[in-house]
Amino acid sequence: MADAAEVARRYQAAAARRRWILKAPALLTILLASFGPLAVMLVYSVMEKGNYGGVAFGQFSLDGWTAVFFKYDPFDETTSLVVANLTVFLRSIKLALVTTIAALLVGFPTAYFIATRPAESRSQWLLLITIPFWTNLLVRTFAIMGLLSNQGLVNNALIWSGVIDKPLQMLFTDGAVLAGLVYVYLPLMVLPVYASLERMDFRLVEAGYDLYATRWKVLRHIVIPSCKPGLIAGSILVFIPAIGAYVTPRILGGGKNMMMGNLIELQFGQGRNWPLGAALSITLLAIVTVALVVYIRNTAGKGGAHGH
Amino acid sequence: MATKPQAFDPKSQPGFGFVAGATIVALYLPIIVLVAFAFNATSSLGIWGGLSLNWFIKAWNNQQIVDAAIFSLWLALVAGALATMMATLAALAMTRTAPYRGQTLAYALINQPLIVPEIVTAISLLIVFSAVKATTGYSGAGYLVLAHTAFCIPFAYLPIRARLEGMDLTFETAAADLYANPWKTFLHITLPGMFPGILAGFMLAFVVSLDDVVITELVKSGGQETLPTFMLGQVRRDMTPEVNAAATLLLIPSILLVTAVHLINRRK
Repeated sequence: MADAAEVARRYQAAAARRRWILKAPALLTILLASFGPLAVMLVYSVMEKGNYGGVAFGQFSLDGWTAVFFKYDPFDETTSLVVANLTVFLRSIKLALVTTIAALLVGFPTAYFIATRPAESRSQWLLLITIPFWTNLLVRTFAIMGLLSNQGLVNNALIWSGVIDKPLQMLFTDGAVLAGLVYVYLPLMVLPVYASLERMDFRLVEAGYDLYATRWKVLRHIVIPSCKPGLIAGSILVFIPAIGAYVTPRILGGGKNMMMGNLIELQFGQGRNWPLGAALSITLLAIVTVALVVYIRNTAGKGGAHGH
Repeated sequence: MATKPQAFDPKSQPGFGFVAGATIVALYLPIIVLVAFAFNATSSLGIWGGLSLNWFIKAWNNQQIVDAAIFSLWLALVAGALATMMATLAALAMTRTAPYRGQTLAYALINQPLIVPEIVTAISLLIVFSAVKATTGYSGAGYLVLAHTAFCIPFAYLPIRARLEGMDLTFETAAADLYANPWKTFLHITLPGMFPGILAGFMLAFVVSLDDVVITELVKSGGQETLPTFMLGQVRRDMTPEVNAAATLLLIPSILLVTAVHLINRRK
C-alpha cells in the first residue's frame, strides 16, 4: 500500500507548505525590520569607524568593543578605563534594580489586594491597572515631568504648606528618573503577580491560620512562596525595559543623568562612533537576554504569561 | 478597611488595601494633572489660572501639531492594518496544529520585537535604513511603515492566537461534513469566530504604533514628524500647555481602545 503512504506524505507536505506561506509575510517583515538589522549591527560593531559617522567597510577592527570600557591615548601610549561609560553602565544597572525593588514593594500588595476582591470588582481593578500601561509612555513621562518641575504641583504644594520656601530641584536627578521608571513600569509588575495569586489556593491560608500562624507568617511561608513565579516574572518584566530605558532618562534625567540607551544614541549623534554604539547596543542586548533566559526558565510549563 | 475583630477575613492583609488605593491614585494623578493644565487659562504648568480652551485652539491652529497628528493616525492605521493581516495569517498557520519542525523558531521570531530594547531596534534600523537611503535615494514613509508593522505584529498576534486557541473545532468539522469547501468554512465559520481576536489585535497594534517614539525618532526622515516625536522635540524648549493639549489628544485613543478590548474580552 505504498500509494496510501505516498498520499499521506504528500498531504503533510502540502500542509507544511501552506503553513509556511501563511507565516511568510509576518516572518519576512520581522526578519527585514527587526531581526536582520540586529545581525547587521553585529557586523558594524567589528568594523573600523568612519570619519563622519558610519563605518569603513571591510576594515575589521575590535576598537568599537575595546572602547566600551577602555580608551587608548596615542600621546603617552597608555590604555585607561573609560570612567564615563562605566558610570553610565553602573547607573543603569542600579536604577533598573532599584526600580524593580520599588515596583515589587508596591506591586505585590496591590496585586494581592486585587486578587482577593470579589470577581466583578477584580476585573474593574485590573482595567484600572491596564489603562495606564497602554497609554502613551511619552505622555506619562511628561506627566511626571510636570509634577516634578520647579513650578510643578509638588513644589507648589510644598511651598504652600511651608515645608520649603524655594523650589527644590527635582528634575534632572537620578531620583526623578527612578520615579519615572517606577511609574511607567509598575503595571508590568502588578499583572503577572496578580495572575499567579489568582491561581493560588486560599485554603492554604486558612489552614495556616488554623495552625496559629500570624498574618506575617502566612504571608512569608504561604502566599509569597506560592506566587514566586509571578514575582520573578514581574521583576524581570520590569527590569528589562527599565535597563533599556531611553525616553524616561532623556526627559527626566537631562543630559547628565544618562542611562545605557542614551549613551548608545549619543554614539550615532554627536559621538559619531558607530562601532562603539553597535557594541554598546549588543552589550545591552546581552544583559536583557540573560534576564530573559531566567524568565523563560522560570515560567516554562507554568503558563506564566500575563494579560492580553 | 476598618477590621472588626469578630469578622476575621483570612484573605485580608493589613495595609494592602491602602497600598492598592495609593497605587491607583499615583497612577492616575499625574495624568489628571497633565490633562487639567491643558485647560489652564494662563501659560503656567503649575499654577491654576482658570478654565479655558485656549491651548486646544492654539494646538488646532498649529500646523506642525495638526500635520503630526494626521501623520501619526495614518501611520498607525496602515501599520496596524498590515500587522493585523500578517498576524492573522501567521496565527492560522501556527495554532491548532500538531507540533511541527520550525514551530518554536517561528514563534520566537514573531515575538522577537517584544524582547529587544526599543533603542537597540531603533539604532539597528537607523544603521540599515541609512544605508538603503544612501543607495536608493528613497526617503519616503515606507521605512516607518515597515518598522512599525514589524514591532506591531507580536501585539496583534497575541489576542488573535488566544482567540483561535479558545475556539471550538466542532463547527468547522460540521461545516466540512456538510460539504462546505475549506474556503467557505474559513469565510463563514473560522473568520467570524476569530473576529473579536482580530479586532482586539488591530486595536492593540494601532495603539502601540501611535505610542511609539524611540524607533520613529531615529527612523523618520524630514517631514515625517509624528505627535510623539513632535512632543519629544519640545522638551528642551519653553513648554506651554499647548503640549499638554497635544498629549491629552494622544491619550484619548489609548483609553478608548483599551477599554473596548477589555469589554470585548469580557463578553467572549
